[in-house]
Amino acid sequence: MFIRTLLLLVVTQLIAATPLMAKSGEALFRQHCAACHGYDGSGGVGVPLTLPDFQYSVTDDYLRTTIRLGRPGRVMPAFPSLTDDDITQLVKYIRGWSYGKPYNYPDKPISGDVKHGEKLYMQYCAACHGQHGEGGQGTGVTFSRPRNLPIIAPALNNPGFLKAASDQFIKEALMNGRDGTPMISYRKHGLSEQDINDIVVYVRSFENIPLPLEQQPVESVEATMVFDSPYDLETTIKNIKEAAVGNNFRLIREQSLDYGLVEPEKENTKQRIVYFCNFSTLNKALAIDPRVGLFLPCRITAVEKNGKVKVYAINPKRLSSLFNNAELNKLCNEMSETYLSIIEDATL
Amino acid sequence: MKLPTSGCLLIAAFLLLFSPILQAEDLLMARVAATFPESMLKLQTVLKKNGQKLSRVQRVDIGLTKSGFKTDKYRIVFFGRPEEVRQISDQYPMLIPYLPHKIAIFAEEDETLLVAPNPEHLFVSDDPKLKAIIKRWHDDLVKIFHDMRED
Ligand code: HEC
Ligand code: HEC
Repeated sequence: MFIRTLLLLVVTQLIAATPLMAKSGEALFRQHCAACHGYDGSGGVGVPLTLPDFQYSVTDDYLRTTIRLGRPGRVMPAFPSLTDDDITQLVKYIRGWSYGKPYNYPDKPISGDVKHGEKLYMQYCAACHGQHGEGGQGTGVTFSRPRNLPIIAPALNNPGFLKAASDQFIKEALMNGRDGTPMISYRKHGLSEQDINDIVVYVRSFENIPLPLEQQPVESVEATMVFDSPYDLETTIKNIKEAAVGNNFRLIREQSLDYGLVEPEKENTKQRIVYFCNFSTLNKALAIDPRVGLFLPCRITAVEKNGKVKVYAINPKRLSSLFNNAELNKLCNEMSETYLSIIEDATL
Repeated sequence: MKLPTSGCLLIAAFLLLFSPILQAEDLLMARVAATFPESMLKLQTVLKKNGQKLSRVQRVDIGLTKSGFKTDKYRIVFFGRPEEVRQISDQYPMLIPYLPHKIAIFAEEDETLLVAPNPEHLFVSDDPKLKAIIKRWHDDLVKIFHDMRED
């Protein structure tokens, strides 16, 4: 009995000590946000969350909605599975970097001349935030660039942003700018308050313009492509290699599926992987989003079971949906086509 | 019946925001407050501790520095549970292209980032056995990433 109580005690202690259970704001931020925004919130893949002007101008609601909805297509994920309480803890934690009380907005929608706003937007904003408000190429400070390069302008036509940002919030960004970023104060740069109101109304009107095609979410497809091969295993593998080379890939290696996991003599030689790579595509993809290394190297697996040979590959189109990065979608579609054409060539 | 444009847009926006492919964390990520070589060593220890066997490590840095990419410290680490790889590839061949598991690991200045796809977002199934496998993969990865973040 005593031993059991003791055991129970030890177990409860262990559970209590597991940081996974402790849902403090800091723990949540470390788990869900720090990979992009940095442990200290100073930015990385994501924009910095610590800048005094940022802290001053955002409301708690803006932070809450941003975390919940993310920025579809702009790397920042949505977090639908965090509880309201988790989000409250996160917001509290982010507020820990604040220097004082945030600005208290009048919660009034802004009216103005949308046509005039459009003209000003094209003149003053489009160069950084894009013709359609789609944001600068890349996001945040991004891994592939040195930290001292300027922060990339966020997307203003993003449904997540527009949902989170009130008119007054947008106005505040324009009036004050964000010190320490390329976003300057347009009040100080000669625009009148009415000009700024007009621009706010124009930015708000992005809500009514359908997103450009490349920003739209990708359709959901199966994660795996499967094909029957009419050939035996050896011939199929030979064909895959030839087809890969014919499609401008370089062969990297061939191995069994369980290579390195079991003793060499126990490997299942009926499940074989062919790895190949195209360095120019690879470099292009990594420049857009370094996380695409996960696709690498390209690979097709041929399996013989009950005398029949099947060929398997990932579907890059499906994987692209994981990255929430619209700039990758085109490249991933191309990669899917390439995979298809290699497999078709090999199994024809 | 014709919906007014704003109605269509509202529906589109709704679908966009809440479509299943955008649910939760699609990629699991971790930042490790340690240099790349230290993190590589740590990853090997953590994998072992979590019952995983290392299959092999693939370098990806060929040509990376040449193309202006600011890190040449980039690897793909392949691993798995030997028995599981054998069983699963036999019973659920559509998982084959995702076996062995992999984690991309690369330097960001003096820190290191880890990325893996969230299996629960790649494979949605009603088959309770498959569901259990996918959940275990997910939990394994979450645990590994958790251990990597800890000092
Ligand atoms: C030189 C490039 C540049 C120009 C020009 C520029 N911006 Fe920005 N803008 C940025 C950057 C970078 C940020 C992100 C600042 C940060 O991280 O806090 C930003 C932030 C913003 C924000 C806040 C968005 C958010 O997610 O927090 C708004 C709103 C905004 N800009 C609107 C505009 C408008 C409207 C104009 C034209 C009057 C404009 N910007 C001109 C670069 C620019
Ligand atoms: C996969 C990378 C990634 C993760 C993980 C991530 N973010 Fe972000 N976050 C971004 C990027 C990129 C942006 C800028 C989007 C843009 O440029 O349009 C952003 C923007 C934001 C903004 C808006 C900043 C502004 O200037 O308006 C907030 C707030 C934010 N993130 C908070 C969080 C929190 C809190 C978490 C964790 C719950 C988190 N993010 C997780 C990448 C990420």
